[in-house]
Amino acid sequence: MSPSVPIGDVRSLSSGTLINSTKKATKLIRNFTLKRDVHLADKIFFLGLLFTSFLTVILLASIGLFLYLASEKAIAASGWQIIFRSLWDPVRDVYGVLPVLYGTLVSSLLGVIFAVPLSLGIALFTNELAPKKLATIVGFLVELLAAIPSVVYGLWGIFVLVPLLRGSIQPFLIENLGFLPIFTGPAYGVGMFTSGLILALMITPTISSISREVFRAIPHSQREAALALGATRWEMMRLSVLKSAKAGVFGAIILGLGRALGETMAVTMVIGNRAEIVASLFAPAQTMASVIANEYTEATSEIHLSTLAFVGLLLFMVTFLVNSIAHLIISKITKKHTGTF
Amino acid sequence: MSILKVNNLNAWFGEHRALNNIKLSFDSNKVTALIGPSGCGKSTFIRCLNRLHEETPGASASGQVILQGENIYVAGVDPVRIRRKVGMVFQKPNPFPALSVFDNVVAGLRLAGIGRKSILRDVAEKSLKLAALWDEVKDKLNQPGTSLSGGQQQRLCIARALAVEPPVLLMDEPTSALDPISTAKIEELVLSLKKEITIIIVTHNMQQAARVSDKTAFFLLGELIEFGDTSQIFTVPKEKKTEEYITGKFG
Repeated sequence: MSPSVPIGDVRSLSSGTLINSTKKATKLIRNFTLKRDVHLADKIFFLGLLFTSFLTVILLASIGLFLYLASEKAIAASGWQIIFRSLWDPVRDVYGVLPVLYGTLVSSLLGVIFAVPLSLGIALFTNELAPKKLATIVGFLVELLAAIPSVVYGLWGIFVLVPLLRGSIQPFLIENLGFLPIFTGPAYGVGMFTSGLILALMITPTISSISREVFRAIPHSQREAALALGATRWEMMRLSVLKSAKAGVFGAIILGLGRALGETMAVTMVIGNRAEIVASLFAPAQTMASVIANEYTEATSEIHLSTLAFVGLLLFMVTFLVNSIAHLIISKITKKHTGTF
Repeated sequence: MSILKVNNLNAWFGEHRALNNIKLSFDSNKVTALIGPSGCGKSTFIRCLNRLHEETPGASASGQVILQGENIYVAGVDPVRIRRKVGMVFQKPNPFPALSVFDNVVAGLRLAGIGRKSILRDVAEKSLKLAALWDEVKDKLNQPGTSLSGGQQQRLCIARALAVEPPVLLMDEPTSALDPISTAKIEELVLSLKKEITIIIVTHNMQQAARVSDKTAFFLLGELIEFGDTSQIFTVPKEKKTEEYITGKFG
């Protein structure tokens, strides 16, 4: 489908904020051209920049529109109930997206849970403790993790992580913590737990490098204030660094979460691809992104294709929602602490 | 009686020697001012007194600093313990932005492991009163420390340093970022505090040194040029360099 949608359509479809900002922009253009005596070159430059920034908004809206139109058949076939049904049966052409929604949320959450301590540890170590040279090397290597293609992560997961988990870690956890429902069932190796680990590795560079920037922005005088009061290094980090960096670190985590929600290839390779909601984290699962990647080429029925588009729309909305909530919370935290952050 | 004695103190930033064989002794319940042009080593000097100097990457120090009879520059002395005995107030007010006024004041106590609410409340009130800030902030103890004005923030930092009852308080140009009224308040505070505590204050402002201090030390290029009673230093300095500096010939 062509992404070139006329502005009028976008306006009628999109939310109130977009209409508002469009109005504001129109007013801005009018003010700019009427009230200020500007050079022609400036005017052209302004309009050019306006166009490029609007292009992204238009693209975003048209992607949403495309997904909505493409998923209309699925919605028509089973109504909005499609979200709450937990059966995914391509053979009988009956679909419910709850299992893949669950899979995406739980695997991403697991990823964040594993990645946050690791990332904060890296950020604190490189910024507060390590000698400069070591910090540069560690920082560089961690950022290099972000450059590894996700299919390579998937391969590594299949050949290294899955056998390791299946052979020793999962049996150990099942034996010792098996009373918890999340650690029950056979040790498949592939599954929710494994994709959580892979995702953690993939989002660690994002969370750690942003956290590091946030820590670096905290004035040195804050650290000296804590040290001069008789704080140990750890107490100094807690008092001057972590407490002040809350909003920024939260933002970093959300960005990581955003990446985890949409990650496709590596997850598809290690999650086991079974669309079921099971309490055990060791069981195979399916995410929104992985179900699209897995089934799109094989989908023959119109309903199947349309349902996959609906899954895409849902994923789009979930990431949109997560980011919006994050922005809201960050601005709230920032308002509460009127300091540097 | 001297509470703090410095013998042959040397300090470096990497290869650069910032302090050269400083020998100085501070009396109890007196205010000592350290004066001298920028880069003369006076800030480095007081940062050696609570072992904060070594926190700067590449910085090092050697010599003797004897605090209440104990040399703090021997192996095995924990700088954290020393810093609880030697409080410090910095050039720019630096309350913790994530903490409330109250939590800022008691931060040092909490670090020392004191958590009893009643104790914390008493100490906070006492320290804020000592810092002449209580009346201004008693109704906003739960607001962030950074919501106060610059001068109030600096007095908050003084209260925070006083809360752990250190015998010595270091002040590194505490008024250089403040307006004249706030400066006057801090100076008054210094004079009233010396009943409780020994104060060592670095200042760029010679009138300030003359107003608040009992003793004055003049530093130049990492050397201690002259040390004596403030009245003597500002009226009949022994050294030519001191005279040139206080009469404004350089610096």
